[in-house]
Amino acid sequence: MQDLGIRVLFMGNNFERLLIGLWVTIKISLISVILSILFGILLGMVMTLKNPITRAVSKIYLEFIRIMPQLVLLFLVYFGLTKSFGINLSGELSAVIVFTLWGTAEMGDLVRSALISIPKHQYESGAALGLSGIQIYRYIIIPQTLRRLIPLAINLTTRMIKTTSLIVLIGVIEVMKVAQQIIEANRYTVPDSALWIYGTIFFLYFIVCWPISLLATRLEKRWKN
Amino acid sequence: MKKTKKIIALLLTLVLAVTAFTACGGSSESEDTKKESSNKEVYRTLDEIKEDGTIKIGVFSDKNPFGYVDEDGNYQGYDVYFAERLAKDLGVKVEYVSTEAANRVEYLKTGKVDVILANFTVTKERAEEVDFALPYMKVALGVVSPDDKLITDPDDLNGKKLIVAKGTTAETYFEENYPDVELVKFDQYTEAYNALLDGRGDALSTDNTEVLAWALQNDGYSVGIPSLGNTDTIAPAVSKGNDTLKDWINKEIESLADEEFFHKDYKETLEPVYGKEVDIDSVVVEGGKVEE
Repeated sequence: MQDLGIRVLFMGNNFERLLIGLWVTIKISLISVILSILFGILLGMVMTLKNPITRAVSKIYLEFIRIMPQLVLLFLVYFGLTKSFGINLSGELSAVIVFTLWGTAEMGDLVRSALISIPKHQYESGAALGLSGIQIYRYIIIPQTLRRLIPLAINLTTRMIKTTSLIVLIGVIEVMKVAQQIIEANRYTVPDSALWIYGTIFFLYFIVCWPISLLATRLEKRWKN
Repeated sequence: MKKTKKIIALLLTLVLAVTAFTACGGSSESEDTKKESSNKEVYRTLDEIKEDGTIKIGVFSDKNPFGYVDEDGNYQGYDVYFAERLAKDLGVKVEYVSTEAANRVEYLKTGKVDVILANFTVTKERAEEVDFALPYMKVALGVVSPDDKLITDPDDLNGKKLIVAKGTTAETYFEENYPDVELVKFDQYTEAYNALLDGRGDALSTDNTEVLAWALQNDGYSVGIPSLGNTDTIAPAVSKGNDTLKDWINKEIESLADEEFFHKDYKETLEPVYGKEVDIDSVVVEGGKVEE
C-alpha cells in the first residue's frame, strides 16, 4: 500500500483540494449552461425570423464564435479587455462570459434547427383549429421542439463541462489544474501517481456528467407522448 | 435561388470588408489606448503596492522544484522561497497567481500581477515586452554519462556518440562548437534517456538542471560536465516601465548576497532533488552577478 500511487490522494488535504477544484468546474459550467440555454432559445427563435437584418447579425455572431477557438476567446476577454479598455475582470467572470457566448451560439443553432424541423402543417393545423399564434407555440410547437432538443442540449452541456479545463490559462484553478499540481508535487517521490490521479479525475467527471444524461433519458421518456 | 446566392455573396464581401476595416482600425486604436494606458499605468508602483498591503506574484504551480503546490495547498519551491522573502522585506502580504509558460508575458502586460517569478529565462525578445530585474539563477548545458566511463571534458566526446533531443540548445551548441562529436538525435526526452540506458550512446546532453535531477534517480550515472555553453539567466520580471519596483528588487537581490540567500534557498528547495554532489555555484546567482 505504501508504494501505491493512490496514497498521494490521501496525503495532506489533496483530495479535498481536488473536490474544491471540481466545485469551481461545476460552478462555472452550470452558470454558463443555464445562461446559454436561456439566451440560446431566444437566439434560436430570432434566427428563424425572416427579417434579413436579424438573420445576417445572428449568422455572423454564430460563425464568429464557432470559428474562434475557445482559448482565443478566453484570452481576448481576460487579457484583451484589460489591455484595450482597462476593464479588469476576474478569471472566473471572464470564463463565464466566454462560455456563455459560446454556448448561446451553439444552443441557438440547435434551437433553430429543432424549430425548422417541425413540419409546416403543424402550424397550419393549429391555425385551422382556431388557436392563436401564442397558443400554437405553447401547445404544439414548443413541446415537440423540446423533445428534439434534449439529446443535443445534453451533448453541448457535457462538452462545456469538459472544455472548462482550458480556463487554467486565465489563472482559474479548476480540477484538472489541481490534478497536475498534485502529480508534479510528487514527481520525485511517487513517480506513478499520474495514473491514479487521472483515474480519480475520470470518476469525478463521470459523477458530474452521469446524472445529467440520466435526467435527459427520463425527460425524453416522459415527454414521449 | 440566384437571388439568395447573390445576397450571400454580398453579405460575405461585406463581412470581409468590415473585418478588414476593423482589423486596421483596431491596430491603430489599440496603439492609442496603449498610449492612454501608459499614462494611466497598467502596473502598480512600489508605493501603491505598499499602500495596498498585498503584492501579486505570478509563479508556476506545477513545476517542481521551482514552483509547485504541496499537499496542504501551500506554494513551495525555489522561486516561491524567494517570493516569500521579497514580500517579507517589503512588509506586505503575498498573493500567488498560478501562471503558465504561455501567459507569463500577458500577465505583466495587463498588470494583473506585479512580479513574475516563474523560472523566467531572460531573452532579447522577452526583454522588449517586460522589464527584467537582476538574475537569481542560471541554466547551462550539462552532460551525463555512465560512472565507469565518465566524461568530464567536452573534448573527450570527440569521435564518441552523444545523445541529444531535437530542437534543444544542446543540439545546436554541439553542432557549432564540437563538429567531431557524433550526435544521436531523438524527438522526445524519454526516448533519449532510454537510449543512454541501453548504451546506444556514450553520453547525453540537455539543460543541466534536467540531467542533474535525472542522474540522481539513476544509479551508475553522473553528471561529469555540470555547466557548459552559453549560460542563460533566470530573473524576476516586472511590467515594462515599472522602474520603482524593479529598482527595489535589484537592491534587494544585491543586499541578499551578503547572507548568501540563494545558497540557502538552493539547500532548502533544490538540493533534495539535485543531490549534494552538484556545485551550487553552477546553478545559483548571488547579488545578480553572473561570472562568465
